[in-house]
Amino acid sequence: MRCEAIVSRCVCMPAANIDTDQIIPARFLRGVDCHGLGEHLFDGLRRRRDGTPDPYFPLNRADARGARILVAGRNFGCGSSREHAVWALMDWGIRAVIAPTFADIFRANALKKGLLPVALAEADWIRLLQSAEASQPVRVDLNAETVHVAGHPAMAFAVDPFARRCLLEGMDELGYLLGHLSAIEAFEQGRP
Amino acid sequence: MSNPRTLLDKIWDAHVVVAEAGCPAVLHIDLHLIHEVTSPQAFAELDRRAMGVRRPDLTLATMDHSTPTAPQGRMHPDSMRQLVRLEANCERHGIELHRSGDPGNGIVHVIAPERRRVRPGMTVVCGDSHTSTHGAFAALAFGIGTSEVAHVLAMQCLLQHKPQSMEVVFQGRPGPAVTAKDLALAMIGQITPQGGTGAVIEYRGECVEALGMEARMTLCNMSIEAGARAGLVAADKVTAAWFHHSGDFRHWRSDPGARFDRIAQVNVDGLAPQVTWGNQPGMVAAVDGRVPQPTDATEARALAYMGLRAGVALRDIAIGHVFIGSCTNARITDLRAAASLLRGRRVAPGVRVLVVPGSQAVKRQAEAEGLDRVFFDAGAQWRQPGCSMCIAMNGDVVPPGEFCVSTSNRNFEGRQGPGARTLLASPLTAAASAIAGRVADPRQFAPVMIEELPHAM
Repeated sequence: MRCEAIVSRCVCMPAANIDTDQIIPARFLRGVDCHGLGEHLFDGLRRRRDGTPDPYFPLNRADARGARILVAGRNFGCGSSREHAVWALMDWGIRAVIAPTFADIFRANALKKGLLPVALAEADWIRLLQSAEASQPVRVDLNAETVHVAGHPAMAFAVDPFARRCLLEGMDELGYLLGHLSAIEAFEQGRP
Repeated sequence: MSNPRTLLDKIWDAHVVVAEAGCPAVLHIDLHLIHEVTSPQAFAELDRRAMGVRRPDLTLATMDHSTPTAPQGRMHPDSMRQLVRLEANCERHGIELHRSGDPGNGIVHVIAPERRRVRPGMTVVCGDSHTSTHGAFAALAFGIGTSEVAHVLAMQCLLQHKPQSMEVVFQGRPGPAVTAKDLALAMIGQITPQGGTGAVIEYRGECVEALGMEARMTLCNMSIEAGARAGLVAADKVTAAWFHHSGDFRHWRSDPGARFDRIAQVNVDGLAPQVTWGNQPGMVAAVDGRVPQPTDATEARALAYMGLRAGVALRDIAIGHVFIGSCTNARITDLRAAASLLRGRRVAPGVRVLVVPGSQAVKRQAEAEGLDRVFFDAGAQWRQPGCSMCIAMNGDVVPPGEFCVSTSNRNFEGRQGPGARTLLASPLTAAASAIAGRVADPRQFAPVMIEELPHAM
């Protein structure tokens, strides 16, 4: 899965600690494939008590349509290990999440599926959030590991070099593991 | 003489198959636990690649997340399809499966230890974040996503960067009726839900050494709620006794002088039982305390969701539900603790209490001890094993806007059902609250010291 530069308006949800239960509630984890979860993305937050869409929720606003970047608060994706959170975000159309920090399992899951977790320094993140909330388009460039928005110098981020290589070159982690099959076989000799 | 190593170093070093420069290590996995919800897409990936399961002998499967716990509980048809798929996948690949209702069935993190499948020095993974539970056995155990489940099924290995090591030292002597759950909640309150991000926590201190194995599981279980990949407790005589092992697994502990990447000290001297008031496990206060003033937008938002105001005494919160169960607190010692308060007492009118054993083995043991009678006579419901109201995808749900004192691990918005308001606590506090019909202090009912609790929970 190749990951090119992403240019898009942003959906902004700057609250901290958005957990994977909020991203995709457990009642939508009953499937046996990865598809169709976008319509339930942030289900509990998107709808009011009576089940109708909350027009003020960022994802429901007219200008959110087509956005490919989510700007989120610190510790995004904490909680459950469900990869469904990544599938749901991607199915809705999100290709990059920009936050000050990410939870470990979410970050790993995202990188495996080609959803880019972009961790910005706090000061950069605040600057970016202001621009994004003013509907300015943002460019996320994995190759250069930078985020661009008009009127500001490029903001740097870092992705694990191996994961970056996988995303840019379309390299496959399972394929990499298979390449070490003989070492794995040797390791397993003499173990229970 | 080699450098002193942490317990994490020792387990890590013993499992690295290959470590190429610029690449994550290929880490071998000793035990892979699977369940119905996060595995079907991983098996489908194997099919797509025409690959088999490399080590079915190191894979153990159960049904827990979506199985009903009510006697005539009806399953969602989609959940039924997941169970059928798991059964077919296990059969096809020769994987040991404990079906719903089978004598070996139960919550994945309850059955693996009770079958003695987790041992010191092992690596354990599962597509479930509470895999951290198994760190109680000095095993490196962590949750993974479904893509990684496929990697382990196919290769019995994972690509991993070595996490940082973090020492959390509990200092002092906790007060009466304080359990491992209270220690965990107090710790998360101090270090925050991301205090352990990127790290494996090793829990240390006299009060950790005093904990029984099941209490250590509770403590390690909550590590993920502090953001940590895993939790660890060094192997000792308590560990050895669990395995009826004559030695003390001396190797599986950090060497004296080993250096940790991060250190935190948590003062638990005189600690009171803990209850959460918000939507993060770190939003916690003493049971006899009050809802604090929110210090930021996140806390203000949590109070709005919970329908609570700053300054309200936690003991003034009237509750409609109590849940005693989950991979955090559904082992026999947890049930004994709850029963110790409920024995001879009645649940408050209008309060629904679910007691859900963690496994069929726990259920049998509890029934042999007459605990089911205690719960029944008190007015609580005695259920079939499963994840139940912790995940609320199996028919056990807290209605919108209602409060539930829960021994589970997460008080996230909507975790126990849309609009549900979760107050995390220990089994003792949950039982006390069931009797009172509001958040209650277990010390009111029976002053129990930590080492006097049944099997030192």
